[in-house]
Amino acid sequence: MDAQQLVKLYRQMYLMRRFEEEAAKAYTERKIGGFLHLYIGQEAVATGSIAALEPQDTIYTAYRCHAHYLARGGTARAGMAELYGRKAGCAGGRGGSMHFYNVEQNFMGGWGIVGAHAPIAAGAAFASKYKGDGGVTLCYLGDGAVSIGPFHEGLCLAALWKLPVVYIVENNGYSMGTPIERTLVTADASIRALGYPMARATVEGVDVVDCFNAAKSAIDRARNESLPFLLEFKTYRYRGHSMADPGKYRTKEEVESWKERDPLKLAENRLLAFSQDYAQQIASIQEDVESEVQDAVKFAHESEDPQVKDLTQYTYIEESAPAGQVLFA
Amino acid sequence: MRELSIREALNEALEEEMRRDDRIFLMGEEVGYYDGAYKVSRGLLEKFGEKRVIDTPIAENGFAGLGVGAALAGLRPIIEFMTWNFSLIAIDQIVNHAAKARYMSAGKTTCPMVFRGPGGSVTQLSGQHSQSLESYYAHIPGIKVVMPCNSKDAKGLLKSAIRDENPVVFIESEAMYGVKSEVPDGEYLIPLGQCDIKRPGSKATLVCWSKTVPTCLAAAEQLATSGVDVEVIDVRSLRPLDEETLVKSIMKTNRAVIVQEAWPVASYGTWLASRLQEQAFDYLDAPIITISGVDCPYPYSKAIEHAMRATAEDVINAVRRVL
Repeated sequence: MDAQQLVKLYRQMYLMRRFEEEAAKAYTERKIGGFLHLYIGQEAVATGSIAALEPQDTIYTAYRCHAHYLARGGTARAGMAELYGRKAGCAGGRGGSMHFYNVEQNFMGGWGIVGAHAPIAAGAAFASKYKGDGGVTLCYLGDGAVSIGPFHEGLCLAALWKLPVVYIVENNGYSMGTPIERTLVTADASIRALGYPMARATVEGVDVVDCFNAAKSAIDRARNESLPFLLEFKTYRYRGHSMADPGKYRTKEEVESWKERDPLKLAENRLLAFSQDYAQQIASIQEDVESEVQDAVKFAHESEDPQVKDLTQYTYIEESAPAGQVLFA
Repeated sequence: MRELSIREALNEALEEEMRRDDRIFLMGEEVGYYDGAYKVSRGLLEKFGEKRVIDTPIAENGFAGLGVGAALAGLRPIIEFMTWNFSLIAIDQIVNHAAKARYMSAGKTTCPMVFRGPGGSVTQLSGQHSQSLESYYAHIPGIKVVMPCNSKDAKGLLKSAIRDENPVVFIESEAMYGVKSEVPDGEYLIPLGQCDIKRPGSKATLVCWSKTVPTCLAAAEQLATSGVDVEVIDVRSLRPLDEETLVKSIMKTNRAVIVQEAWPVASYGTWLASRLQEQAFDYLDAPIITISGVDCPYPYSKAIEHAMRATAEDVINAVRRVL
């Protein structure tokens, strides 16, 4: 990866980090309600993998979705506004933290039922194949999602029908408070792929360049050969499962040891290894992102709420009026 | 006009719509090479090929969810459940995904698809294969629920359901697939959200759908011989519901009996009674009676299974109670 691209990816990761930190702050100030699942520490995975996509590709994620949204053209303003429940939010205030959307760039949310979007992502890949548009679908899930029925059924169909979908398991070692040793027989979640069967890989997910390379390989293969892939990234979340999680199930030492391999730090080191001159660019990126995030918070703060009179809007599309002769029996 | 069985009428609807719009595909167990477990999709694989008529492994949640993803990506899937009893494996995809996608995205995504297949009891299929589950689906905002009772309605309603931009749950009557009746020639559609007065009358309103429609018509015929002229209304669309037609009828007859195959507790039919008494209380001269299936699982034995379902006699007795 050249330095120019790495600079862009660094900025993306830094934006994700600061966005999540500001969201956490707003949550403690009760500006954000409900659930808030932060991506802090995992930035390399979303950033690296989404950088390997083409415009016609599609993304499905689970509920820890802010970073993926930002990586796929989502704005900090519309994201923060969504968290604040505003009409200008990326889901009109109707989704919230778990359901971010950027449909114009095929970022299809933001889904809250663990593992259930696996078949839906297979459906997006099916549609690409049906339409012949050469699109690939990425489907992000956690390590906690690989035991549930829909995950299994989705991957069965993806393998059987050779669908161009890459399932990315973001293995951060915990399903909420349950460590992976208590939910999986093996340490690697990608072993699930053997059953379908489907090609797989398990990769360290802290260096954005590694993530990019691993994802690109799976995505290109999906696109060129129409074959699915199960790509597991070993990563770590520095905060709890959600803001409500006190994190008693892991040690401070464990968290600190992962922080030594902070994706931001690793990317900075890579840039500085290219040239020490990048130190200046890094500082200016950080300043720039800071303004962007503070602007987003201000925007969210000052935005309009949706109105109660519009509560039921979007439940149905009423304009579906079939053409042709209509019989009133 | 031609005489077609309900399965033939549905087959025509599927073929016509698939010819008209190549975004439509049919997916489900045995829909292709087997011609459909109930032969509703007979001949379609031959006509449209494997790209558009797709046999699946037994993975209802998987292929229902795949349909959702395809619909969100701009195709128009028809997902067949071999019977609606098996839809429960996939109910999460229908309720948590298809029904919610548009709302959660503030209208930025749409999920135009039809989940269809046979429901209700046949004979001697026992507890897991005999259920009427429309109450589960009608409960959910974001989906439409349609239940045709004859060939003309089945064809016209399925065509409309396929063209609808919302996800539609389309429950056919497994027991009545072979029943023949008149179907108009040429292209026609029946809009969703409309009841149908199958038999006009004045002394009481019978409200029914799917398999209880012929039961109510038989009861009406018998009642007519003793000078009691009842109106039989086929709900057809459970959601959206055409309350106006039902209320207008009660304003005329002052009495209503609802007849459903489903169980009584927390069911569509019992909700409907509550709703109609709210809307038409001043016109009712008697409480609304809802006749439901007996509140137990379906047994296998011929000797007792028949007692699960209301007969024309049961309907007549209920009418006499409200008169």
